[in-house]
Amino acid sequence: MASYSTNEFRSGLKLMIDGDPCSIVENEIVKPGKGQAFNRVKIRNLKTGRVIDRTYKSGESVEAADVMDTDMQYLYSDGEFWYFMDPESYEQVGADVNAVGENTKWLKEQDTYTVTLWNGAPLTITPPNFVLLTVTETDPGVRGDTSGGGGKPATMETGAVVRVPLFINEGELLKVDTRTCEYVGRAKEDD
Amino acid sequence: MLGVPRKMTDSSSWRPTASLAVLKKRADLLKKIRAFFYARNVLEVDTPALSIAGNTDPNIESFSTQYTGPGRTGELYLHTSPEFAMKRLLAAGSGAIYQLCKVFRNGEAGRQHKPEFTMLEWYRPEFDVHQLMDEVAELINEVLGKKEIIRISYQQAFIEHADVDPLSSNTAALKECANQNGLEHVIGMDDASVDDWLDLLIDQVVIPKLGLGRFFIYDYPASQSALAKISNNDERVAERFELFIDGVEIANGFHELTDTDEQRRRFENENKKREEKGLAMLPVDENLLSSLESGLPDCAGVAIGVDRLLMLIMGVDSITSVTTMSSVE
Repeated sequence: MASYSTNEFRSGLKLMIDGDPCSIVENEIVKPGKGQAFNRVKIRNLKTGRVIDRTYKSGESVEAADVMDTDMQYLYSDGEFWYFMDPESYEQVGADVNAVGENTKWLKEQDTYTVTLWNGAPLTITPPNFVLLTVTETDPGVRGDTSGGGGKPATMETGAVVRVPLFINEGELLKVDTRTCEYVGRAKEDD
Repeated sequence: MLGVPRKMTDSSSWRPTASLAVLKKRADLLKKIRAFFYARNVLEVDTPALSIAGNTDPNIESFSTQYTGPGRTGELYLHTSPEFAMKRLLAAGSGAIYQLCKVFRNGEAGRQHKPEFTMLEWYRPEFDVHQLMDEVAELINEVLGKKEIIRISYQQAFIEHADVDPLSSNTAALKECANQNGLEHVIGMDDASVDDWLDLLIDQVVIPKLGLGRFFIYDYPASQSALAKISNNDERVAERFELFIDGVEIANGFHELTDTDEQRRRFENENKKREEKGLAMLPVDENLLSSLESGLPDCAGVAIGVDRLLMLIMGVDSITSVTTMSSVE
């Protein structure tokens, strides 16, 4: 089994901790000038998303987690699984509700998402930071109101509900930040 | 160049990691340090960074390099502090001396560590550790502004802040203390020594609980004496002190060991520990041992991390932002 020594620790490194795949968020070496070194590490559990603190005596080895981020195209859902395809190998994987979580609201067929695979199976799905989506439902636009104040909810084609300015109409294409669920601006198809 | 693959680097990675404002402060700090010692008639010296001997300390890794001659060929080590060479000067009758230089420690990088950093080290014949602490305090006041430095013994600091006696506790008691303080998940401590546990506790419990401010911790356990004399009053402790400012280790000082046989024994013990840890045993500094034999004057010495001082002056928490550039990136 592959493993990493503490002196290979860096953020982003994937490790097995207590049987779960984890990713190092922050690694800090603490060492008295004349004493034993320790690695103080913040680790994100990739299954639960929770971040925990761990301290390792420097020189220890930790089992590596077979975790890989792959860009894949979203195909469709059968209600139980969400299917993604590797655009090069055409290989398909099905992600369950645990892996997709709240991100179902951003999934648009044919678009590309980052699928994190653990031992070949989808662990999490991450949408791009910004996506272009069409408004399918919102109150009629208020012409001439460009103040941006107030705002109203708009339902996007994928189901996500985003707060948008009052002048936005149904059918408009918007750029949305998936991390904050915030409206960024109007978009053109080739943006 | 033909045949040499060119590595593509980020287009901005050539830039210095410190701002010009920081570099000016650094120059100003070095000037103040030199003025401090000039006024006290302490001689500035400049000793070699390369040596045929390494540092046997099992917790410090020397860089090594190959010397191709002329003359003898073979391995040379970059100094991890100028201590051995400066002691040879003292034994040769230099009197009080100081040095500002780059020192090298392999495998150390982080918010407070760099594999290459600037050290200020000085030696005072006829000083004991408390006199030297007084002088360290004067320098600190000069460069960081005046403020009291609280003195507390290693034992007292542990009793007050970790509720454990560091001089009489075994590994089980220290482990229990770690558990009580939220350190129940430290990995790799199954075969840890008393000193490993003490290092963990001082760093993660005692120092954080001391909090902001300036502290001298003195009378370190004899097992962590390094190159310090064992105390005449209490053989459980060594005449060694450290300075912590706002939780950062700034200085380490000793009433210097002058006994040749004891020094040789410590080098050999350290090499034994290195072997147990699977580290290479290193050639001990026979020149240092000969100089002790010839007679090192009774003296106290201290080393200060200059980059960390600059971090405190600038109010930043990363050593990268006060050092000009990185040698490894």
